[in-house]
Amino acid sequence: MSSDVRFTDFKSDKQPTWCPGCGDFGTMNGMMKALAETGNDPDNTFVVAGIGCSGKIGTYMHSYALHGVHGRALPVGTGVKMARPDIEVMVAGGDGDGYSIGAGHFVHAVRRNVDMTYVVMDNRIYGLTKGQASPTSREDFETATTPEGPKQPPVNPHALALASGATFIAQSFSSDALRHQEIIQEAVEHDGFGFVNVYSPCVTFNDVDTYDYFRDSLVDLAEEDHDPSDYDAAKDVILDSDKEYQGVIYRDEESVPYHEQHGVDEDMSDIPDGAPENATDLVREFY
Amino acid sequence: MAADFNWAVGGEAGDGIDSTGKIFAQALSRSGRHVFTSKDFASRIRGGYTAYKVRTSVDKVQSVVDRLDVLIALTPRTIEENLEELHEGSVIIYDGERTTMQNVEIPEGMIGIDVPLKRLAEEAGGAIMRNVVALGAACEVAEFPIENLDSALEKRFGDKGQKLVDNNKEAARAGRSYVAEEYDAEFEYDLETTDEDYVLLNGDEAIGMGAIAAGCRFYSGYPITPATDVMTYLTGRLERYGGHVVQAEDELSAINMALGAARGGARAMTATSGPGIDLMTETFGLVATSETPLVICNVMRSGPSTGMPTKQEQGDLNHMLYGGHGEVPRFVLAPTTVDECFWKTVEAFNLAEKYQLPVYLTADLSMAVTEQTFSPDTFDMDAVEVDRGFVVDDASVDEHLSESGGFKPHELTEDGISPRAFPGTVDGAHMSTGLEHDEQGRRTEDTEMRVEQVDKRNRKVETATDREEWSPREFGDEDAENLVITWGSNEGALAEALDLLEEDGIGIRVLSVPYVFPRPDLSDAIEAAEETIVVECNETGQFANLIERDALVRVDRINKYDGVRFKADELAREIKATLETGTEATQ
Ligand SMILES: Cc1ncc(C[n+]2csc(CCOP(=O)(O)OP(=O)(O)O)c2C)c(N)n1
Ligand code: SF4
Repeated sequence: MSSDVRFTDFKSDKQPTWCPGCGDFGTMNGMMKALAETGNDPDNTFVVAGIGCSGKIGTYMHSYALHGVHGRALPVGTGVKMARPDIEVMVAGGDGDGYSIGAGHFVHAVRRNVDMTYVVMDNRIYGLTKGQASPTSREDFETATTPEGPKQPPVNPHALALASGATFIAQSFSSDALRHQEIIQEAVEHDGFGFVNVYSPCVTFNDVDTYDYFRDSLVDLAEEDHDPSDYDAAKDVILDSDKEYQGVIYRDEESVPYHEQHGVDEDMSDIPDGAPENATDLVREFY
Repeated sequence: MAADFNWAVGGEAGDGIDSTGKIFAQALSRSGRHVFTSKDFASRIRGGYTAYKVRTSVDKVQSVVDRLDVLIALTPRTIEENLEELHEGSVIIYDGERTTMQNVEIPEGMIGIDVPLKRLAEEAGGAIMRNVVALGAACEVAEFPIENLDSALEKRFGDKGQKLVDNNKEAARAGRSYVAEEYDAEFEYDLETTDEDYVLLNGDEAIGMGAIAAGCRFYSGYPITPATDVMTYLTGRLERYGGHVVQAEDELSAINMALGAARGGARAMTATSGPGIDLMTETFGLVATSETPLVICNVMRSGPSTGMPTKQEQGDLNHMLYGGHGEVPRFVLAPTTVDECFWKTVEAFNLAEKYQLPVYLTADLSMAVTEQTFSPDTFDMDAVEVDRGFVVDDASVDEHLSESGGFKPHELTEDGISPRAFPGTVDGAHMSTGLEHDEQGRRTEDTEMRVEQVDKRNRKVETATDREEWSPREFGDEDAENLVITWGSNEGALAEALDLLEEDGIGIRVLSVPYVFPRPDLSDAIEAAEETIVVECNETGQFANLIERDALVRVDRINKYDGVRFKADELAREIKATLETGTEATQ
């Protein structure tokens, strides 16, 4: 790890094809800055991306990376971290990717408490497939596939996380660059699963959950005298559906990441030639 | 050939059938006898009937036969279920004091031995030991020295204290004495012991052991019969060798975790069965296009859908060969014996890393749950080699950078094999994706690059096909005009069927094929034969179809898809009939 790593070192030479003004630009910049600021460099970082406009992030960042299949990024991140506790793992995807097709994995990644940072670019819509309702879309949000709105309440990802035993829950807004970066940084530094839902507006298909909407409605928990280590306070914030928050909502100071709980500390890529020294014991067990 | 002895214990699930059978099988193998076990899970009648069967001989035994010499029947149904295999002189050990067994009728010509299993067990220290009393009784019937049971009892109960071991030894002796005193009949069995030294294990265990030997560090799986034993075996053991096992939330997760670990540079594996393979298929394509080395073990059971989860079938071959959208290269290895499960697992890891692609390693239910005896040096750990393929490090990475300095994980090479850089390698950072990509792994829809990358991936198969090792195993009469080809666990039954056919003057040449893709060219052998029969456990003849396509000829088929593995004597009859009349499917 070199101290002279700059956030631009995490930029790939591919120009993003996101729509001009897409919230994902800001989300990505904050992630790169947070990685650089926490002392990581592209060679010791692994970014796993989902599928969606959001998932394209893996292409635009420079690091070891995998752009996987829709909804399965978290298990990939888990595998990388278990094999390589020495590597910084960041997983990114959209609200559809994470809370719809990947919802099952979300719950289990949270409860495993694998030491990685999970960034969900929540635009409350499916961007890449051109504007269908997502799990976080409002109940009356009209789209081509939901002409009268989904008529179901949106998923509350933070409640899902809290109920699943999360050790770090946060929310940020991609256009509030500094706060967004700070929050991602805290998630990276957290020992365990650092979950950040990022409001990352889709300027093309969502004219309800816009920059203006979030800017006007956001309440910053840092200014609200909120104590993230207070579980009940976190619960109140999460269940208050009348407000939009940013900041660290919950942090379990006692969090022990999965690999530590399971005594995994070795780099598993180092495999010597031939069977392990005491492998004949394995045969003897069948005697 | 020494006479073999067939023994079974049967009852309700929960009667301790498995452990009773296992103790006896272990006692036999530790006495230098060969053993071949099989298990009956729920069968004809719905309910909890289960049985553990042991065939033993001083000669090698490789299959099951239609014969049962001694049966420990804990329920009346046990007798009913095995009627066809019982014969004149078969011994049935039962507890006539057990309420359900009071009115049991011993079929004519068979010898019923009524032993108060529960009462004797209680006297020895607890009713729970009644199965061990029965084992003692069986030892007397089979003239098997009861001392030889002791070490198996020690292995089984040693952890729980010497007292328990001693009680069990006493229980066994009580069973033996009871039979010796109450029944002075001469039984026709005499299980001799030898000085040979054997280990006893099943296919799932051999796969797990092969994985550890090969340096597998990460395993993720989701429980499913009959693949779960692989995970059970690895759990706790992989950790001893610096690895880790994760029970994932589903198969989608399992394969993606393994993929992540492999991208991290670990040797990684997942195992599942039919329905799980379906779920993994989406990610299978990603594994292949991202050129990630991964071993995916499919322990086949009877499908489709949930089918018959505890029954034998070899019905997933087409899926493993063609499953997934689009076209991607993969290898399919199918060990044909339990010991080969070990070696093919080792090979699967080497092939996966050398050619950087997913390798299906497939066993079938019969092989997975069958325990067999082997000489310990069958699993010679010194012979295990680890070939990690083309991996660059900090020093060599420079040779594989693009002009702009980016690493090329999909470099276009002559043999199709590109360099790999594990995370942490300085200047090796790169992206992998399921999208079509250029040499650096960056998305492209460029027509030329698309073709070049598809060709590059396929070139690996061509490179691999040149290996001599893709050859079938041959046995029987090499000059015979009748050729039988098979894959998977049928080999053992076939080997024994040959002996039976030989007695009828029928010579057979056998090719047992552990490599399904790439696979050996069998055209010459088929051409040289008068008649070719492909034996497999499925209805449509998936392997036979491949062979026909390769050789552009028609072959005869013997297909079994009733959920039960081939028995040696049955297979001999089928082959004879097919040679006489041509193709006929059995069911
Ligand atoms: C298995 C599968 N189903 C469907 C798709 C099509 N698909 C691609 S992206 C996407 C939704 C993306 O939405 P979201 O995760 O919210 O990301 P966004 O594009 O809004 O950033 C869907 C349904 C796919 N790629 N794979
Ligand atoms: S469609 Fe929406 S989410 Fe996708 S790039 Fe455009 S603005 Fe961003």
